[in-house]
Order: sequence, then structure tokens, then C-alpha cells
Amino acid sequence: MSGNTIASEIVAARNLTAGYSDNTVWREASFNINRGEFVAIIGPNGAGKTTLFRLILGLQKPLDGNIEIFNTEPKRGNPLIGYVPQRHGIDSETNIESLELVRLAYSGKRWGFSLSPQDREAALWAMRDVGAEELAHRSLNVLSGGELQRIFLAEALVSRPDLLLLDEPLSNLDLKREKDLVQLVNRVVRSRNVTALLIAHNINPLLPFLDKVIFIANGKVATGKPEEVLTSESLTDLYGVPVEVLHDSRGNVAIVGIEQHHGDE
Amino acid sequence: MALSVNFVTDLQELFRYPFMQHALEAGTIVAIIAGIVGYFVVLRRSSFAAHALSHIGFAGAAGAVLFAVSPVYGLLLFTGVGGSAMAVLSPRAAHRDVHIGTVLAFMLGLGVLFISLYAGNSSQTYSILFGQILGISSGDVLLTLAAGVIILAVVAVVYRPLLFSSLDEDVAEAKGMPTFLLGIVFMLLVAVATSIAVQVVGVLLIFSLMVTPAAIAQQLAKRARTAIMISVTIALVATWLGLSIAYYGPPYPVSFYITTLVFGFYLLVRFVYRRVRPLTAYRAALKET
Repeated sequence: MSGNTIASEIVAARNLTAGYSDNTVWREASFNINRGEFVAIIGPNGAGKTTLFRLILGLQKPLDGNIEIFNTEPKRGNPLIGYVPQRHGIDSETNIESLELVRLAYSGKRWGFSLSPQDREAALWAMRDVGAEELAHRSLNVLSGGELQRIFLAEALVSRPDLLLLDEPLSNLDLKREKDLVQLVNRVVRSRNVTALLIAHNINPLLPFLDKVIFIANGKVATGKPEEVLTSESLTDLYGVPVEVLHDSRGNVAIVGIEQHHGDE
Repeated sequence: MALSVNFVTDLQELFRYPFMQHALEAGTIVAIIAGIVGYFVVLRRSSFAAHALSHIGFAGAAGAVLFAVSPVYGLLLFTGVGGSAMAVLSPRAAHRDVHIGTVLAFMLGLGVLFISLYAGNSSQTYSILFGQILGISSGDVLLTLAAGVIILAVVAVVYRPLLFSSLDEDVAEAKGMPTFLLGIVFMLLVAVATSIAVQVVGVLLIFSLMVTPAAIAQQLAKRARTAIMISVTIALVATWLGLSIAYYGPPYPVSFYITTLVFGFYLLVRFVYRRVRPLTAYRAALKET
């Protein structure tokens, strides 16, 4: 491995086992994620996708094995990480303009009272970058799901991170907005050489853009290029029951349990 | 004490008696503090916690009366301990209701015990429950001022982190902000604010100063600082007007006037402003086209 490759390694997991003291969620995952990669984390509900984010954010310790972020141990409050947690919308009473939220994401960590013109500029830059400039003075509680996700993305981007963690940003979006948001994330990844990890239920809208897939199911983790992971053989191994990966004419995939004969993405 | 046509004379008349001076001074401080702290209460959806804290304070005040100490010390002690306990028991703001309710019920029971043990007259209990702004002494004013200054200083320091963690706790936590500590600081702010506000409106009517003005302000302004200014203004206007009406008008309890005025503002914004605003926006849009 050359020195250059090491420097571009953003996340490195070795025999990583995650969970809580009395409950192992998944075990022995080993993978690398490099600078500028767009990675999807896929798997059924409760498989431990968000747990991986908590490990990266330093909010939780591994049960076993080792994980490094930017070649060091994960620590809470890493300014190189931008995080969009899973959210179920905004309270209808929260009448706060979106610019204020993005400004606070930039300078909210500092003690004191005054907001500076500098954080306003940074916030407007981030909002412009995700095409949300016209939403700056609109209140969060009147924005649509797609508009809110763009604001949350700006909130994560405002501190110019090298790694983006997006937890189910596509849930609650219709097909058109889903596609728009995926294209937006892809543009951010490519234009700024940022690494993005995106948790999703449905891999199809992401497939054309992905460099890697992390598939978590049945307490196990499979990682690799989409065409390596999304095969009948690999997923049969992962789920521990016979699984078939079907492809349609447009390249969409459907994951089907062979004995059950029903779709299970 | 009739109103004259001369506004200046009327205003001078209002300040003639020490009890009115003290009421206006303490009322002003309380309105400012309640307006500010109340904004965070509403933003964090912690109005149940504020409500519960005032009831916990009731036990403290009743206990203080029993031991012949000023009720405000009992209020500060009980709301301070109760507020910290709430924050520590369940650090995540969204899931606190059950814990709060549990502490609240126990504390109210304790308050009932203290009242039954207290053999003195019942006017003390009445003023704790419903406020007795006209009975505030110069010592109370000083204590209120000291508490008010401390709250203002703390808010000035924690303003930005508290605002951000109130809006987006998950991201704040991931950014390494001390969300747990901020939760405790917030509950202590509510505890002290509640303790001094009880003098004006009593434990049962605390919502009228700690929650409603801020809730109205949040409807009117989408920037935190503007909303806080509106919240303070509503609390101030209601307190000053309430005192003036009680002085010049029918001598009913001041807390009744304050709560009624605040409720009037609430109705106005909830039902009139919300209908007028879309109309104004519609007319402006028509003009542009």
C-alpha cells in the first residue's frame, strides 16, 4: 500500500464488532472507505446501520475490533464530519428560519451571544451550494420534505467537512425528490471530493452513483462495489438463507428470498 | 385612586406607595426573565417541565412557611433540586414526561403534608398558589434582582449552544457539544425563573408568564432574538397593565388581570393575526404582479 493510499483512507474498520453490552448487533466487519467515495449503507430495519454511524461519530465504542477515522480513533465532535441524523420532520410549531439553523450549525458551539457576519456568510455559502438559497428566510415548519433535507445537508456542509454521514435522508420523499436529492449528494461528493455514507432502504435510486455498498443483515456485514455485493451468492451468504438478486432492464435490482417468493429489499 | 386625564400624574400616582413600587420593580424583572427563559421552554417543548417545576416549588414554599422562612428560599431549593433531577433522570428532552410526572406527584403530596402541618393562617398558601405581587417587600425585590441578573448572565454565556441544542439535539451531540450539561443548566434556569415568577402569578398561573408570551412570540417571529424581544414585551405589557388596572380599576387580584391580558394576546394572535397575515401576503403578491 503506498503512502498516498493511506492518506486517502477516510474510514478503516478491522474485525469490527458493534452493539451494546448485552447485545451484539453485527460482528467482524472489515472495510476501507477512501476519499471521494459515495457509499450506501443498506439493510433491513434494526440491522445496525445507524450503529455504524454512532461508532464513526465516537458516540459509541466498538465491542471488539478496531475502527479508525482519518487514521485516528473516532472522537465525538470531530469537525471533519458533517452529520444528518434520521429525522421525522420538523415540529409544526417550530417557527425558525432555516438560515438561523444553518448559522447555528456553524457557530453554535461557541459560547456567548452574538452572531457574526462571518457565520452568516458561511451559512449562505452552504445553502447556495445545495441550491437552497431561496429558502434562507423561510421557516423550517413550512418547508417540504425535500426542502428540509436540503437545509439539513447545508447544515452538515457549513463546517466544510471531509466526511458526510446521512441517515435515511430519502425516507418520506417522493420519487422525484428522492432522485433530486441523490443527484445533489453525488454532485457535492464529486465536486468537493467529499466522502459520503448514506443510509437507505432502497438502493435503486443510488445505484448509478455508488462506489461502494455496505450491506448489513443478519448480524453480518458485506462490503464492496455494488456489483460485488449485490449478487445472489454474496447475499445468500450474508442472510444465511437462499436469496436471489434480480435485475430489470434498467439495471434496478430486487432481492428475493428463494423459498419465500416475496420481495425483501 | 381614580384615573385623571393627565398621563404623567397618573404615572406618578402609580409609584406613590412603596408596595406599588416594589410590585412594579419585581414585576418588571420577572417579566423580562420569564419572557427570555420561556422562549427556550417553548422551543424545547418543555412546558410540562416548567409547569411541574412550579408545583414542585409549591412543596418547597409550603415547607419554608412551615419552618418560618421566606417561601422563595424553599422555592429555589426545591425547584433547583427537582429540575436537576429531571434533567439527570432522563437526558433526552423528548422522553421526560413520565419521569417529570412521577416527581411532580410526589412533590405535590409533600406540599399538602406541609400545609396540613402548618397551623398559621391560610393567606400564605393562597399567595403561593396564586401570587401576591402587592405583598412584595424591598428585600424580595433585591433577591429578585439578584436572581434576574444571574439568569441574564448565564443566558448570555450559553445562548448559542443552548439555542442550537434546543433546535437540533442530535447534531449538537455529534458536534461534541455538552448537551447533557446544557440540559441541566436549562432546567436550573427554569427553576430560578419559576421561583421568582411565583411571587407575581403564583405556582398555578406560572404558564401565563413562562409559556404563553413565548408561544405567542414564536408564532410572530422566525428569528430567535426577535421572538425573545416580543416575548419579553408581551410579559412586560401584561404585568404593567395588570398592575395599573388593579390599582385604578376594580380591585381584583393582579394575577387575574395578568393572566387575562396574556390570554387576550394569545387569542388575538391565534385567531386574528393568523387570518390577517395570509391576506396581507396575498395583497402584496397581487401588487407585485
